[in-house]
Amino acid sequence: MEYFLELFLGGLTRGSIYALIALGYTMVYGIIELINFAHGEIYMIGAFTALIAASVLSLLGLSGPSLLILAGVIAVIYSSAYGYTIEKIAYKPLRQAQRLSPLISAIGMSIFLQNYVLLAQTSDFLSFPALIPEFGFMEPISHIMQSSELVIIVTTALCTILLTLFIKFTRIGKAMRATAQDKTMAMLLGVNVNRVVSMTFIIGSALAAVGGVLISSHIGQINFYIGFIAGIKAFTAAVLGGIGSIPGAVLGGLILGWTESFATGYVSSDYEDVFAFGLLVFILIFRPSGILGKASSEKV
Amino acid sequence: MIFGVNMQSKSTSVAGRIVSECAQSLMVSLWFMFLTFPIMVIRIKPLDRTIEWRWDNLFYIAIGSFFLSFIWRYLMKKKRDQGSSEDKEDWQNRIGLKMRSEPKVYITGMIVLGIAVTLFPHLFSSYQTQIMISALMYVMLGLGLNIVVGLAGLLDLGYVAFYAVGAYSYALLNHHFGLSFWMALPLGAALAALFGIVLGFPVLRLRGDYLAIVTLGFGEIIRLVLENWNKFSFGPSGIAGISRPSLFGIELTLNQHTIYLYYIMICLVLLTILVVSRLRHSRIGRAWIALREDEVACQSMGIDKTRTKLTAFALGATWAGLVGCIFAAKTTFINPASFTFMESAIILSIVVLGGMGSIIGVIIGALVLILLPEYLRAFSEYRMLVFGASMVLIMVFRPQGIISSLKQHYEFHGQSGEDLG
Repeated sequence: MEYFLELFLGGLTRGSIYALIALGYTMVYGIIELINFAHGEIYMIGAFTALIAASVLSLLGLSGPSLLILAGVIAVIYSSAYGYTIEKIAYKPLRQAQRLSPLISAIGMSIFLQNYVLLAQTSDFLSFPALIPEFGFMEPISHIMQSSELVIIVTTALCTILLTLFIKFTRIGKAMRATAQDKTMAMLLGVNVNRVVSMTFIIGSALAAVGGVLISSHIGQINFYIGFIAGIKAFTAAVLGGIGSIPGAVLGGLILGWTESFATGYVSSDYEDVFAFGLLVFILIFRPSGILGKASSEKV
Repeated sequence: MIFGVNMQSKSTSVAGRIVSECAQSLMVSLWFMFLTFPIMVIRIKPLDRTIEWRWDNLFYIAIGSFFLSFIWRYLMKKKRDQGSSEDKEDWQNRIGLKMRSEPKVYITGMIVLGIAVTLFPHLFSSYQTQIMISALMYVMLGLGLNIVVGLAGLLDLGYVAFYAVGAYSYALLNHHFGLSFWMALPLGAALAALFGIVLGFPVLRLRGDYLAIVTLGFGEIIRLVLENWNKFSFGPSGIAGISRPSLFGIELTLNQHTIYLYYIMICLVLLTILVVSRLRHSRIGRAWIALREDEVACQSMGIDKTRTKLTAFALGATWAGLVGCIFAAKTTFINPASFTFMESAIILSIVVLGGMGSIIGVIIGALVLILLPEYLRAFSEYRMLVFGASMVLIMVFRPQGIISSLKQHYEFHGQSGEDLG
């Protein structure tokens, strides 16, 4: 039972991170129907920026929660800036192009960013400091659940709730929903579509950065390649839940996290990624619109 | 608006325009200095965890982005102007016309090229020939993927999986049963085609971008299985001691083997070019292109969508299987590390940069992308960086690639009306 609970919580933590990254995929896809292939790289850049910021700040004498928060804020700002810039360079000029063009551009961007970090930093694994503190009240159950896992789960829940409220009630959130439904109509009604798209990239990137900082602190090491696998898996999560749907992304993330956790716990740890990709293929074949997605037919 | 373009009226003075252009570039430059600051300037050394400040990089970024932003805006403006005027007479068409109107030049060129290709291994060292062989392998891979991506418009990001199937089928057949290269070559190609059909069958109902991700997933699954299924594929340590191709039982030295393989490659590339160019104008080839342009219209014209897509997938996989066999025979050692996603990305960028759908474009693309980094060793670590950047830039500024495929016009010549009844 305890082993089961450990796997359950491990899957929940992992799934929360997938959910945070998947939100960015799902929001971008919902609005401009593009798989932002470089999204995983934004997450990686978030983790790297946080590591660099934390190293510099700890030289200045900072430590504890203030270090975590400050490094996290810097990572979020930089990731958002990267997301904004990538959209302007690689996707915006291709708004009217053929379907495959932005996707290929996105793949190119992803390869570029990976190698940019590889060349500017290092190809080795860097150890990431444990920024999340150990809580005293978690002591009795620390063999099942670590403090960092609790922080990850709570932060993800908070981010999701805030995002939902933001999209439901704020002016720009409403503009986002309008753009997702019908871009031309939204434009006619005075919505600045370019601004909405930029905003979507900024929010998605910020969430990815939060995920990057938390999971790096939890696992303890990063390298330039972490974004690729995380990106693919988060995309799997987004598709699983129904791409374009925000609750779907969270649900998909959690299901994927649990699948991986239980599969590695009870079957074999060698095939962790095979289960994730297998699940993706399975879902796309039998329910391409995802669990919470609506099936849409092509209009002629 | 940092990337915005100067939209002021022409009445502003020249000096005013220069100032405003410079101000825009300055803004871009400042923005990139901010953006690249943590990654480019600060480096954490992994071993002793000290921090290295590299302020000179900031200077290069500032200068570089300042001037690149001028070029970016100029190209953007040019692209917009081109979009408004329907002027398609570019250099490529002119050369094409000239070649057709003067067959003498064309034939002489072909003969010179043929002689150069034949003499290549005798004029250059064995090392150069090896490089040429791998470039030719990528030409074949590019032409194979071109069927899937360029003609049929199916974005396959797991193409390397079929390459792996070809390589492993030869390696395993050779290891267990001692099968020779010439026996394994058709088997490897057939197995890859079979894999193409088996993998393609369930996923080809999916829309373009989903297909891309699923094929990527399949590619990774195959690599992970090869890495972990030790009993079957010998895991990460791979398979060594694969036989080289034989020539009627004649003993060959290592150097002669290289030359022999070079000629095999030349023959196979010629075969590929012949098959692909014949396929393109065949019934199925026209169906692929039509399907790429509009699926719904295609179906309403009575084209079987699934079967057409599946043929493209299987035929593309066949070439990958062939090249896989050659790869195993060339290196005599394979392991799963040769079949990562990066390999798929390189092949895809060959197709994209060369020009989707164009045979000459793909050949030029493969030669440029594979030979250039080999001869510019000093820059070889920047290879993937440049690949990524050029994929973005090509998509933004020249989506048809270096050489675009010419639209073929078909005309009906009825024989004195009898076909028309």
